[in-house]
Amino acid sequence: MRHDKILKLSLGLGPALLLGGCDAVLLNPSGDVALQQRDLIYLATGLMLIVILPVILATVLFAWRYRAANRKARHDPDWDHSTRLELVIWSVPLMIIIALGSVTWVSTHLLDPYRPLSRISADKPVAAHVEPLTVEVVALDWKWLFIYPEYGFATVNELAAPVDRPIRFKITASSVMNSFFIPALAGQVYAMPGMQTMLHAVINAPGEYEGMSANYSGAGFSGMHFLFHGLDQAGFDAWVQKNRAAGGVLDRAGYLGLERPSENEPVRRWAAVDPDLYRLILNRCVRPGSTCMSDLMQPMEK
Amino acid sequence: MSELVHPAAVQAGAAARDYHLAHDPHPENGTALGFWLYLMSDCLIFAALFATYGVMGRSYAGGPTGGELFDLKLVAINTAFLLLSSITFGFAMLQKQMGKVGGTLGWLAVTLVFGLCFLGLELYEFHHLIQEGAGPGRSAFLSAFFTLVGTHGLHVTFGSIWLVVLMIQIGRHGLIRENKRRLMCLSMFWHFLDVVWIGVFTFVYLMGVL
Amino acid sequence: MDLRTWILGRLSLEAIPYHEPILVATFAGVAVIGLAILALMTRYRLWGPLWRDWIVSIDHKKIGIMYMVLGVVMLLRGFSDAIMMRLQQAMAFGDNMGYLPPHHYDQIFTAHGVIMIFFVAMPFVTGLMNYVVPLQIGARDVSFPFLNNFSFWMTTAGAVLVMLSLFLGEFSTSGWLALSNLGNQNPGVGLDYYIWSLQIAGVGTTLSGINLLVTIIKMRAPGMNLMKMPIFTWTALCTNALIVATFPILTAALALMTMDRYLGTQFFTNVDGGNPMLYVNLIWIWGHPEVYILVLPAFGVYSEVVATFCGKRLFGYASMVYATVCITILSYLVWLHHFFTMGSGASVNSFFGITTMIISIPTGAKIFNWLFTMYRGRIRFTVPMLWTVGFMITFVIGGMTGVLLAVPPADFVLHNSLFLVAHFHNVIIGGVVFAVFAAINYWFPKAFGFRLDEFWGKCSFWFWLAGFWFAFTPLYVLGLMGVTRRVSHFEDASLQIWFQIAAFGALLVALGIGCFLVQLVVSFMRREQLRDADGDPWNGRTLEWATSSPPPQYNFAFTPVVHDADAWWDMKRHGYKRPLGGFQPIHMPANTASGVVISVLSLVCGFALIWHMWPLAAASFAATVLAAIVHTFNYQRDYHIPAAEVAATEEARTRLLARHV
Repeated sequence: MRHDKILKLSLGLGPALLLGGCDAVLLNPSGDVALQQRDLIYLATGLMLIVILPVILATVLFAWRYRAANRKARHDPDWDHSTRLELVIWSVPLMIIIALGSVTWVSTHLLDPYRPLSRISADKPVAAHVEPLTVEVVALDWKWLFIYPEYGFATVNELAAPVDRPIRFKITASSVMNSFFIPALAGQVYAMPGMQTMLHAVINAPGEYEGMSANYSGAGFSGMHFLFHGLDQAGFDAWVQKNRAAGGVLDRAGYLGLERPSENEPVRRWAAVDPDLYRLILNRCVRPGSTCMSDLMQPMEK
Repeated sequence: MSELVHPAAVQAGAAARDYHLAHDPHPENGTALGFWLYLMSDCLIFAALFATYGVMGRSYAGGPTGGELFDLKLVAINTAFLLLSSITFGFAMLQKQMGKVGGTLGWLAVTLVFGLCFLGLELYEFHHLIQEGAGPGRSAFLSAFFTLVGTHGLHVTFGSIWLVVLMIQIGRHGLIRENKRRLMCLSMFWHFLDVVWIGVFTFVYLMGVL
Repeated sequence: MDLRTWILGRLSLEAIPYHEPILVATFAGVAVIGLAILALMTRYRLWGPLWRDWIVSIDHKKIGIMYMVLGVVMLLRGFSDAIMMRLQQAMAFGDNMGYLPPHHYDQIFTAHGVIMIFFVAMPFVTGLMNYVVPLQIGARDVSFPFLNNFSFWMTTAGAVLVMLSLFLGEFSTSGWLALSNLGNQNPGVGLDYYIWSLQIAGVGTTLSGINLLVTIIKMRAPGMNLMKMPIFTWTALCTNALIVATFPILTAALALMTMDRYLGTQFFTNVDGGNPMLYVNLIWIWGHPEVYILVLPAFGVYSEVVATFCGKRLFGYASMVYATVCITILSYLVWLHHFFTMGSGASVNSFFGITTMIISIPTGAKIFNWLFTMYRGRIRFTVPMLWTVGFMITFVIGGMTGVLLAVPPADFVLHNSLFLVAHFHNVIIGGVVFAVFAAINYWFPKAFGFRLDEFWGKCSFWFWLAGFWFAFTPLYVLGLMGVTRRVSHFEDASLQIWFQIAAFGALLVALGIGCFLVQLVVSFMRREQLRDADGDPWNGRTLEWATSSPPPQYNFAFTPVVHDADAWWDMKRHGYKRPLGGFQPIHMPANTASGVVISVLSLVCGFALIWHMWPLAAASFAATVLAAIVHTFNYQRDYHIPAAEVAATEEARTRLLARHV
């Protein structure tokens, strides 16, 4: 009986313990923000195991020891109250939650996606003169449009950034709520039509990272992923050149074509983008003749 | 079964306990409490609609605003109808207390008339707004307005139907206990709608015009 | 508009999915089983008893059983959806697109969630409360027996609508809360099936909440003050308060979405002032208390089971009550943790994160109280006790991952991932489903007069426990690997092994469900050996065990007077003897067909609205209102059971007890 229980327990926890060996991007991220978030996961888990592990052990122990067949165990059928024990039962979890709560308050403010980065990594603060790389992100049905306003080009389903330079994402969507998520880089933020959300992040190591939508948005959702390239400066410059060499202009008509639902889109590039395009997308007035939201009311910028 | 721990028998000589009363108790009727709880749940629906109006009440989408649309004179008359109907319902309840079927039915009829006038005016207002192109689909503000005020109006409609049914039932069976309970419930319902209207009148019309 | 459209709306032969092999096969299976059932019922002349004794019955015990049957039937449907999803996700990698195109897969995960929450978990929990609470408080029925019957049939009408969508039209693809529909009109019938089935069932649930609340407040036996109530009744009280205080918000949110759809309003559109974030807030203000509506009665079940099978009073009764009330109130203050990533700002996010963590304190107190009830007890490992110990170990992990997700920055990387999916299944299966099986095994003898077979019950438990862990541990891992939910096809082959393990886990759960069904059949066949003759098979502590199994229609010949918590245990301690004479006529509510009639008319109205059959919708709506009005003209709603009949029933029990002493 007891052996069965312990067997089942380890079968359940076993795979979880094996996690250390497997390639879990959340536990081994390449972006500083994601790294700090991972540390929070470890901290919160550790704090709770203080209570959880003894509870599980006690459950198994009491179940075994006080089974009816065990006549040796003390039997106290009317013992149903102990103020001291109650105090412990309520106060130990309370203290853990106070600790976790304080950590939560501080870390939520420090890791607010809207807050510009104060550090590149644990040992590298952001230099004063560094300008973040701005990328405007539009979630479409069912692909991602990335506009680089500093450089003037745009891509679909391919994102790149230089290592160790802060990135500032400005995010919106065309039709339904999506969620902009690159697990290796930072946490996700919803992409919502008519609204702009933001994310500040930095990539600390070169590589190819999965990006996706983390909020179901329709039939083409499963294909709505892209690659995010962390590149050294030379590599990034080369990528910029590649985009500039691609030719083509993404104008309002082109965007309206892009907006139509399509799935599993291959990577596309345009060397030039209508400089006003993102503002029009955000204000939902790309279609000629439509009224911009900013003319009706303030678009909800956060 | 021998493994089961049986309750340790109480010492012989301890006072025996009575586990049954001489006369089987009849549980209290829960209708009033039940109806209150229903009313509170209805209140929550209105709360959600008020909250929605709170969020969207200024989202005019370039269309007409409350100040441009609301005819406060009309709303004042309508409010008067509703408040008066609450008073006349109160009179009906007083007649009920005195056991007077005729008096009860009379004041209920007056209440009904006021309620129907309220509804008629409200329908007129809605029709007028829709004609002017300020229908519920024009903007979020108008959607919220029509839904909040319209839901209240729907409740008054159902209350009026209930009123007619109850008048027939009182006419048929008189002021028996069951009918008095139903009158009490309808009374609570009617006054509740009055209170909600005060909220609508203040929050939507008065503040919309400011 | 031509006549055909006027009558049939957008319904046409195209609505029948005869080109979808899975659905055709399902229909064939359902038709065969359905015809077999109809044939058997005709053969054994069961139609009359079915109508008289069940469909029109206002007896809380019958209604409770019917809710449980509904739950089991819908569990099979909801679980089939789960198996289909596991299969698709285990095979759809790279060039292999699996066997479910996205449009179909998306309906399946939506239906799975909707069915499991609204038509499995809610009916189970409502059914248990319905059956047990009046017995535990020494009452004869609930406060509003007709409303009780009506609530059940409205819930069933909602379930029927969902099932109809399999064979006529399609179901929603927008997830169980329709969040992804916002700003998107989704013109098909799927979302309409969703809306109307939930609105109709929601009426039933809200009324049931009011009913049980008034019952507990007004109909307790003399001497049973609040702090002498059984703990399950306490959790039922809190749960029903939550139901009354939250379902109206769901009604409002769905109504606003319905208006966008049918009347062109701008509540949740992207233009003209619409605000989808409002929907997200409203739906989760309902959604979070909803999961506590499910789990609080589960906690109540565990409290009863632990006390009974450890042969000890529940440890810390007062503390349990306060913890339950704390959880009830706190459940209102946490809803934003479902959308930390929507950008509400750090202070708002932190506030809701911290309130979410605070809930773990009273919940933890409950776990400790159960632990200390076991301490120095004499634990009998019956099937309900096994489920309880399984819960204690499983649920705490789910609670831990919940607190983890409550830290907003951690949530930013885990939101909507398979980690989240694992978390909520962890707490719902470990918490609610385990409790339902514990409760079924515990109260089955009371309801039917014979116990459930132990062996098959234990098999079911072990398959479920192992199955759960095999099915969901991989999902925790996948979430940490950055995999998001609701995806029907993957490119990364390294993920496949985890999905295959999860599919294996689902297979084990299927075996667990299979064992449960076998358990029901075997127990029925062995019912004489498993007979519960004295009504108290477990040496129970609360009043339901004072009655015969099954209880007579009137529950108690004489209303008991309560002196202590654990009223039945107290009666046994004091050498209570059943009265053998002096019976009086008993005032009982009468059966009525109004409930089923009004519900069927509502079902027709819902169906008509879905298919835009406007004349039928208007007519059936009018008919529904008319049927309700007609019902109010019935003033003869009760009758008396003659004293002689009561005496005869009680004498039969006396003889049974004498034979089995």
